[in-house]
Amino acid sequence: MDMTLPILILAIPIAMFLILGIGGVVMSRKMAGILGILGMGTTMVLAYIVAFTYFFSGAPEFINEFGERLQFQVFDYTWLAFTDKLVVKLGFLLDPISAMMLVVITTISFMVHLYSWGYMEGEKGFQRYYAFLNLFSFSMLGLVVATNIFQMYIFWELVGVSSYLLIGFFYKLPSAVSASKKAFIVTRFADLGFLIGILLLTFYTDTFNFQTLTSNPELVMQQCGGATFMGASVMTWAMILIFMGGMGKSAMMPLHIWLPDAMEGPTPVSALIHAATMVVAGVYLVARMFPCYCQVPASMDFVGVVGAITAFYAAVVACCQIDIKRVLAFSTISQIAFMMVSLAVARDYVPEGYHWHAPGLGYMASMFHLFTHAMFKALLFLGAGCLIHTVHSNNYTSMGGLRKYMPITHWTFLIGCLAIAGIYPFSGFFSKDEMLAAMYQNDFFWGAWMTMVAGLTAFYMFRLYYLIFWWEENPHYKEHKPHDAPWQMSLPLIILAAVSCVAGFIPFGHYVTYDGKPYDIHLELGVWLPSIIVAVCAIALATWLYAKKNDKPARMRAALPTLWEAAHRRFYWDEMYQFVTHKIIFGMICRSIAWFDRHVIDATMDGFAKVTQKASWQIRGMQNGHIQAYVAWYFFGAIALAAVVWFALS
Amino acid sequence: MDYSQFGAMLPELIVLGIFLVVFFMDTFGGNGVKKILTPTTAILFLLATVAIWIAPSCPEGIFGGMYVNDTATKAMKCILNLGAFLVILQSFAWADNAEMETRKGEYYELLLATLFGMYLMVSARHFLLFVIGIESASLPIAAMIAFDKYRYESHEAGIKYILTAVFSSAILMMGLSFVYAFSVGSLYFSDIMVAINEGSMSGLLMFALAFVMAGIGFKLSLVPFHLWTADVYQGAPTPVTSYLSVVSKGSAAFAFFIIFTQCFGQVYSGAWEWMLYALIILTITVGNLFALRQKNMKRFMAFSSVSQAGYLVLGVIAANSLGLASMMFYTIVYVVSNLGAFAVIQTIEDHTGKLNMDDYNGLHKTNPWLSVAMTLAMFSLAGIPPFAGFFSKILIFTSVTSATNSMALYMLVLIALINTVISLYYYLCVVKAMWISNEAPVIGEFKSTCVAKTGLGICIAGILLFGLVSPVYEWLVNSVELSSWQPLALLGL
Repeated sequence: MDMTLPILILAIPIAMFLILGIGGVVMSRKMAGILGILGMGTTMVLAYIVAFTYFFSGAPEFINEFGERLQFQVFDYTWLAFTDKLVVKLGFLLDPISAMMLVVITTISFMVHLYSWGYMEGEKGFQRYYAFLNLFSFSMLGLVVATNIFQMYIFWELVGVSSYLLIGFFYKLPSAVSASKKAFIVTRFADLGFLIGILLLTFYTDTFNFQTLTSNPELVMQQCGGATFMGASVMTWAMILIFMGGMGKSAMMPLHIWLPDAMEGPTPVSALIHAATMVVAGVYLVARMFPCYCQVPASMDFVGVVGAITAFYAAVVACCQIDIKRVLAFSTISQIAFMMVSLAVARDYVPEGYHWHAPGLGYMASMFHLFTHAMFKALLFLGAGCLIHTVHSNNYTSMGGLRKYMPITHWTFLIGCLAIAGIYPFSGFFSKDEMLAAMYQNDFFWGAWMTMVAGLTAFYMFRLYYLIFWWEENPHYKEHKPHDAPWQMSLPLIILAAVSCVAGFIPFGHYVTYDGKPYDIHLELGVWLPSIIVAVCAIALATWLYAKKNDKPARMRAALPTLWEAAHRRFYWDEMYQFVTHKIIFGMICRSIAWFDRHVIDATMDGFAKVTQKASWQIRGMQNGHIQAYVAWYFFGAIALAAVVWFALS
Repeated sequence: MDYSQFGAMLPELIVLGIFLVVFFMDTFGGNGVKKILTPTTAILFLLATVAIWIAPSCPEGIFGGMYVNDTATKAMKCILNLGAFLVILQSFAWADNAEMETRKGEYYELLLATLFGMYLMVSARHFLLFVIGIESASLPIAAMIAFDKYRYESHEAGIKYILTAVFSSAILMMGLSFVYAFSVGSLYFSDIMVAINEGSMSGLLMFALAFVMAGIGFKLSLVPFHLWTADVYQGAPTPVTSYLSVVSKGSAAFAFFIIFTQCFGQVYSGAWEWMLYALIILTITVGNLFALRQKNMKRFMAFSSVSQAGYLVLGVIAANSLGLASMMFYTIVYVVSNLGAFAVIQTIEDHTGKLNMDDYNGLHKTNPWLSVAMTLAMFSLAGIPPFAGFFSKILIFTSVTSATNSMALYMLVLIALINTVISLYYYLCVVKAMWISNEAPVIGEFKSTCVAKTGLGICIAGILLFGLVSPVYEWLVNSVELSSWQPLALLGL
């Protein structure tokens, strides 16, 4: 494959970042917006061409004679060669999941670019906003096409930085500033684990390259050998620590606390970064390293348990939020956890009694859900953006009855809700069904548990939907009549809604599977029927409770005040963190360390500095300006040099 | 005699050619010609640099192996050329004034003559040629140092330089005469190598090594042969100072490496390893200690360059091809970082005449871009990532530790590292003065010339890119691997 297109996919966003970032000062808003949109549009077209070539060209480097899709390194440029082994490369890896991610990222990013033109109109720093969006797109694209884990780490951090910049975009708002710091610190903390994991793994295997690591995981396992630490093998530790990075970015418990706060950023940013692309980086990481995870069942179980708990927790919390963006944030956490569980239940073999399944069904399902979720969640966020844009509040208490005023937003939002609830024929139904099938196939418990979470999902999404669009009309509408958003904002909604309607019918298994072999998606009655019944029941319950203004919700809340309060306050996770960091770490541990630092380390350093300064004054006589002295030093220095070494050696 | 062999000496011939063009323009040209003398020199020199870079190298030695122009020496010459070109760009503002009108031609002629000498220094594989090189690189520099003839300090610096240089040449010659006695009448590096291999270790050889080391150490300003440095750097016109601090130093370092590996390689572990060991520790430490107290920017840079020379010769003590490559990389990074700093000093001196560190207080308020440039240069010199200086330091340390498993060399790297911390202090003092100091700025706002901006721009680009963009380092590694330079391991050690 020609290298031009892949390079351009990365080069255009970074060039746009530089152009808009540096030239933005002298550029008009309109110019910046058009440049940004055109740049991302071109990138999207190029990414489509690359993905299309990969999936459909049938070239021998992409697909072998058995119909298996292959990994292909378009290029792998040696960037820093420290030693023979320690070589850092930058490359472009094309395989089913990276090609799929290219499509997802560029599509959502383009939609958000277009949408932001309307949404961010009149905001200060419009040009800077577009520059940051491009920086993010560049980093995310670089992350998914990384040929080696080190490159992925670099872009991983770049993604973190651009997320930080965008969350704190309204830098005059104290809440935005602290949210951006929180996001950065929490994910950085997680990345520490990621880094240690990388070091552990690569120390034993001598390679960063994904292809080497994943093509022969048994060898990796062997190389890590029998070394153990605290009862677990090196490989287990490495894989769990690497997953810790994924937990941070994908907001798994207990590192989820940054994502709800990240909603302080502009809503299109939430749609792009905190719903569709960056937050699934953790899932992508696990998928990328999947063969290695398969080698260590303990790490798979860890992923699964973390995912299952997170999915349930986030779904419960989402039922009790007032801020519509927070509901969506928790819904995102829950859905990503869904993907994680699906990956964790996947195995690299076909379990007994499931002869029609391919190995790694959960893997395929997880990627499928990643794809569909990105589309409908971005749709929901952008829809929420339209609502906020016109109502000027994030809370559903200022909304209600909006379906008459904002028909486009209403219908697209409804499609998004149906998709996420898993109603046929919307896209979420198909991907969720495959995930549940994989879970049941692994263990009945996983399947039942996650079906329950799916029911909760349908409930809270329709609660949100009814409270926004039905319930009762807010009296404020008389002064300020709500209306649909301008075309730049409506168009992405319509496109994404259309995608959410039809994406389920994509034969996804033909393109992305664990072993590269095509797989026909089966709908199993035993799986989809219960899940759709649960979903319909949950929607019916939500309709009964919230379709019209009544006092049932208030009575329910009054009946269980503690539970409601706890769920509303997200089960006090932030308070716990506050307690641990401020009271225990800062107050007790850090204080003593600070004392040590000030009185021992600083004092030692000051001592060194004093000695150095003193020595510096002592020897100044050497430099007295007399040439005779200089020559004497020179001559006796040379003699001494010879004499001392001669005597010392003989 | 086969005159076609002169064809292999293309770099020298090109520099000589430019020298002649400048000379004739200066001597016979009218006022109009003199006006365009400076730009002509710069453009010709730039073309020459490119020509030398793309000209083929010649792996075989010529004139019986006296002279070698292989890939490694060619790369060295390119590095020296980069430095000299930047110095020429810096000299524009200084050389183009009424007082200098009649003399500026001489300045460029002297500069080219010294560059010719430095070329010979790195290409020589015979001590006679080497001595011709080192002398023609030394003597014209004395004239350049004393170029500000109406300024007392300039004279003093010139005389200090010439006297010390003469003395050091004498010591070098004495060392060479011992070597000559050893090799029974040959001054070819290869013959000496064979002779030393057969002969045994003796006091005579030890003195010969120490004296040759002192002779080259003078040009590199290794401690204790450095005492001229501060006075001369301070007194000399600033462009000359920057020329002395990088180009002259770089050529001496390359020659040092070649002589001690290709000629005295056999007595590495027995003898000169330890001499150099002592010199490096002394150089880095003493240079740093003196730099701590300096208030005059040029004097400060003098001691900083003494200390940097210590890091530079770490490549020599590594004595392997990685050492040579990383030393060349260190030099090219040092060229851009140090000349970046000097370009700022020079610009400020040209416009305001200020040279003290206190004068830089609050510079960012009046000249933000110069402050940024100076900050980057200081960061690079101190070795702060991700600037080039960090990578050059890390590579040169790696070359030393990869050379052997000897504990002593690890200790050496540790000492160098500790000294890096000390050096950070004084480099940051400059940064602090420019950015943090609250005092009212002394230096007013001014616009630098286009040429100065170009030179500074090249330096900044180098500081930012040389570390992060690997082809520069790869080019050097390749040029070392393809050269006729022989690692000690192949010499039967």
